This record gives sequence, structure tokens and C-alpha cells, in this order.
Amino acid sequence: MDLRQIYSQIIIENSRSNKHRNEMPDATATERGYNPSCGDDIHLSVKIDNDRIVDVSFTGSGCAISQASTSLLCGLIKGKTLEQAKHLVETFLGMIKGEITDDDILEEELEDAIALKNISTMPQRVRCAVLAWRTLDLIIAKQTGTPMTE
Amino acid sequence: MEAILEKLANPGFDLDQVRSDFAYLELPGPIIYLDNAATTQRPNQVIERMDHFYRFENGNPLRGTHRLGTTATEAMLESRKKVARFIGSKSEKEIIFTRNASESLNLIAYAWGLNNLQAGDQILITRMEHHSNFVNWQFVAQKTGAKLAFIELTDDYQLDMQDYRDKISERTKIVAFSAASNVLGTIPDAAAIICIAKEYNALTVVDAAQLVPHTKVNVRELDCDFLVFSGHKMLGPLGIGVLYGKAEILLEMTPFLYGGEMIEYVEDYESTFAQLPYKFEAGTQDVGGMVGLAAAIEYLEAIGLDKIAAYETALTDYCVAKLEELPYIEIYHPQQGAKGPAIAFNVKNAHPHDVATILDYHGVAIRAGHHCTQPLHRYLGQNSTNRASFAFYNTKEEIDLFIEALEDVKKIMQIDI
Ligand SMILES: Cc1ncc(COP(=O)(O)O)c(C=O)c1O
Repeated sequence: MDLRQIYSQIIIENSRSNKHRNEMPDATATERGYNPSCGDDIHLSVKIDNDRIVDVSFTGSGCAISQASTSLLCGLIKGKTLEQAKHLVETFLGMIKGEITDDDILEEELEDAIALKNISTMPQRVRCAVLAWRTLDLIIAKQTGTPMTE
Repeated sequence: MEAILEKLANPGFDLDQVRSDFAYLELPGPIIYLDNAATTQRPNQVIERMDHFYRFENGNPLRGTHRLGTTATEAMLESRKKVARFIGSKSEKEIIFTRNASESLNLIAYAWGLNNLQAGDQILITRMEHHSNFVNWQFVAQKTGAKLAFIELTDDYQLDMQDYRDKISERTKIVAFSAASNVLGTIPDAAAIICIAKEYNALTVVDAAQLVPHTKVNVRELDCDFLVFSGHKMLGPLGIGVLYGKAEILLEMTPFLYGGEMIEYVEDYESTFAQLPYKFEAGTQDVGGMVGLAAAIEYLEAIGLDKIAAYETALTDYCVAKLEELPYIEIYHPQQGAKGPAIAFNVKNAHPHDVATILDYHGVAIRAGHHCTQPLHRYLGQNSTNRASFAFYNTKEEIDLFIEALEDVKKIMQIDI
């Protein structure tokens, strides 16, 4: 596999994007995502109104993959209901585990976040890619009581 | 640079022969292994020695009332003697086998620290310690009320000897420091540090995990009280380490782990303990690891540690010079003084894990992270760094390939510096 399939333009650009990178003082929920082994460290904040994620942002630092993944997550879930967001978490984790491989479905649901698909072939980087998604899953679990995805 | 290139071209030992002893170099790949500070590779001689032990000499050491128990006991004794001679200890009674440097440092913390320190005492360590020589002392400080203090670094990543003199006092009971930094490569003047500690009657603990693989170490010349290292960082197997301690101090200490083989008489409610070194070696010991370590020492000595040190220094200096040519690289490595074969660096605007992933794709193995030195990284102002670390089986060509691969990192990460 070519490295540029991992470090694609979408990943590089999103890893440096500040679009969703800011504090949210009036957040409904904020959770920290941390990979102690490599130091990826983010805080993900969401504002929820009537079961809908009306705003989402993050702060923190880490590798290009973790930062791009977080940024892409923010772009994707803004405006979604908690239920829709949970479904997206499941699809994303399914993609990274290599369980969901159909590009049509992935592209339809995950949009640009499909750029992280090839991480499934790099076990040592999977934790970077899923960090934000697991953090969102934790927020949803605390808000709705739905169990976290394995 | 000319002298460096000359040393790299003529290391004073047969580099091709050496490289043929390391099986990982036969892997399709190639693998450019520059993560030697984490763990070295092992030459066939070490693996074959262990193989022979398990095939033909294996019994339970110290307990055998039969031939194979005796061969295992002899293998243990011979290995211990080899280690003692290797570091210049006057007696193999001063050599305690552990699992690794971390366990050795825990042994000192538990068996000496907890029993000899109290509120008002000071434990003096340094800013560049590995967590293994850091967290153990935090634990002892919390348990005993002793205060932990840190010798800081100079702008050139050296231990600040003035800061050391300012901080040491009559209250300092122990000075614990690494003899070679696993991140910066800094090799402080251990003899001077120990000499000053003696003025204050403080004990000294030398974490030599990164020094013993690189250069000749002599505990009697250093006159340290304790010295620790790991077998796996010096061609030996994983899971065997050493604690050297002066006999008179070890004799006064209570055991660390209790169990079989470390006792003399066991009554119902109390026991007396075995002689040195067995007092500190509870349970059946890893003789397979010990013979592997002894074979590693033989291998290093056959080449000569002076030659190894000179060649590894040339590799390091060469790599530093090459890295310095790249404007997008930031290096954390001293300019002055003795330096070990480790270089920490960052690619500007790229995270170390991305750098390591791209290098791995080119077959170059380096480390990314905090290298078990979070306090040092806070001081550096970096969450993490990359680290290249060398051994005498590395070559100039491998460093050239590493530098070339960095150019690809720059391209892929779109760094325009
Ligand atoms: C300076 C230093 N001290 C201690 C250790 C701990 O060694 P081990 O993990 O073998 O116990 C290391 C290993 O990384 C080290 O580099």
C-alpha cells in the first residue's frame, strides 16, 4: 500500500484545520480522549438541544491521524441527532475494524471520513484514528444510557 | 567530519562479520534498526548459548542433587562471575540478578529507601531520569516523608553541576542518576557526581542501562554504591537484569522479595536469610537469561568496548551532522561533552508518530513518544519526540537511508521549511 493512501490530502488538510478547534464554554458535555502510550490528547465538546448536536468542537494535540479524525468527526456530526451520531460511530468503528468495507455505504454515511479507511491495515495507528469516535461514544452513552460500542 | 568518516570506514573490527551474526538483517525488508536504546538485537551466539543451556544443562539451580541440577548451578555461578568481572566488581556476591534495570531500581527503593529514609531527608535525582529511576523515588518520598529534588539541565542538555552543588546538603541521603540519558544521549560526569555525593555521605545509585552497552564501566573506579542495567539493551535476552551493590550495604539491607532459596532457617514465625547474593534472589532464577547475558558480555568483549564506544560515537556524530543540515529538524542533543548513541529530534510541524510511521514504511525503525521521560519532555516543551539510537552493528549507509527517508516525511507531511 502507498503511504499517500494514509497521509492523503484530506488527512493532511484536516489535521491542520482550525475549523472545529475551539473551546466551548457552554457545552452540554465535554469529555477527554487520551492515548497514554502515544500522547494523543483531545477534549471533545458538544452542545445538545432536544437530542440534537447543534454544535461540536475540540481542543488538544496529537498526530495527524488523530487530529484529522477528530476534525472530520466534528464536521460530520454537527446537526445530527444523538441517534444518528451513534449510528455514525458504529459505522466508523466498523470501517476501522474492517467489518464494513462497502465503499458506497461508507462514503454515503461517513463522507470525507472514509479517508481513514486504510488505517484498518495499520494496527499500531488504529487507536489514533478511533480516539475522537470513542470519546463521542462516551458522551452519547452518558447522555442516553445506550451502551458503548465494543 | 573527516575523522568521523575515517572511523566509520575503519571501525577497528570486522563489521561485515558482526552483521552476519544478527539474524534480523536477513529479513526481507530491509530493516534499518535504529531503536537500540529501547532494546538491542541479539547475535546468534547469545541465542545459541541459551539454546545449549536449555537443551543440555537444564535443571533447577541451587537445588539439584543430580547432574543436571549441578550444571544449572554452575551456569548460574559462571554467569555471575562474568558479570562481576565485566563491571569490575570485586566479588560475584555483589551481583544480584533481577529481571531488568527497573526491578533493580525498585529493589533499591523498597529494600534500602523505605528502611533508611525519613521526613527531613532528601532524595536527589535529575531532570532527565527514566520513569524507572523517578517514580520509584516518588513512591519512597511519599511513604517516608523524604523530599524529592531534581538536578536541572543546562541549555546544552548537560546536567547542571552548579545546580547539583546548590541542591545537595547534609540532608541528602541518596543521589540517583542515569549515567547516560536514553533521550538526549547526555553522558554526565558520573565520577564527579559520586565524588560530590561522598562529601555529604550520600549513597549513589547509577542507572547505567544506557551506558553499559556502549562503553566500559568499572564500579570500583566509579566507587558508586549501586549500579543497575538491563541485559536486553546490551545484546542479552529480555528478562534478565543486574543490580550491583557494595557488599557492606547489601549485607545491611533487608530482603526485597521473600520465598525459596533466599532463606537460611525458616522457623514457624521468623526466618534468617541466605548469604549474598541469594538473599535478594527469591524463587527459581532465570539461568537461561543469565547465560544469555554472559554470552552477550563475551560478544561485546571480543569486539572490545573501547572500539564499540568509538564507532558508536562516530555513528552518532555523523547522524547529528546530517540532521543539522536539514532545516526542518530540531535536535535535542548536547554539543559538548561525552555523548551516548541516542539522538532525540523532531520534524517541525509533524507529529513524532506520523514521522515514525512514514519511516517504518521505509524500513527505518526509530522510536516515537516520551521514551518514559515525561518530566524531561515537559522541560523540553515537547509532548513527544522521535529518537534514533545506534549500536555497533549499524552502518553509515543505514544512517544515509534514514536521512533520505526523512526527506520523504517532509514531502508526505507537506512541510515547506
Ligand atoms: C536510562 C534507562 N533507565 C532504565 C531503563 C529501564 O530499563 P528496563 O525497561 O529494561 O527495566 C531504561 C530503558 O528504557 C533506560 O533507558
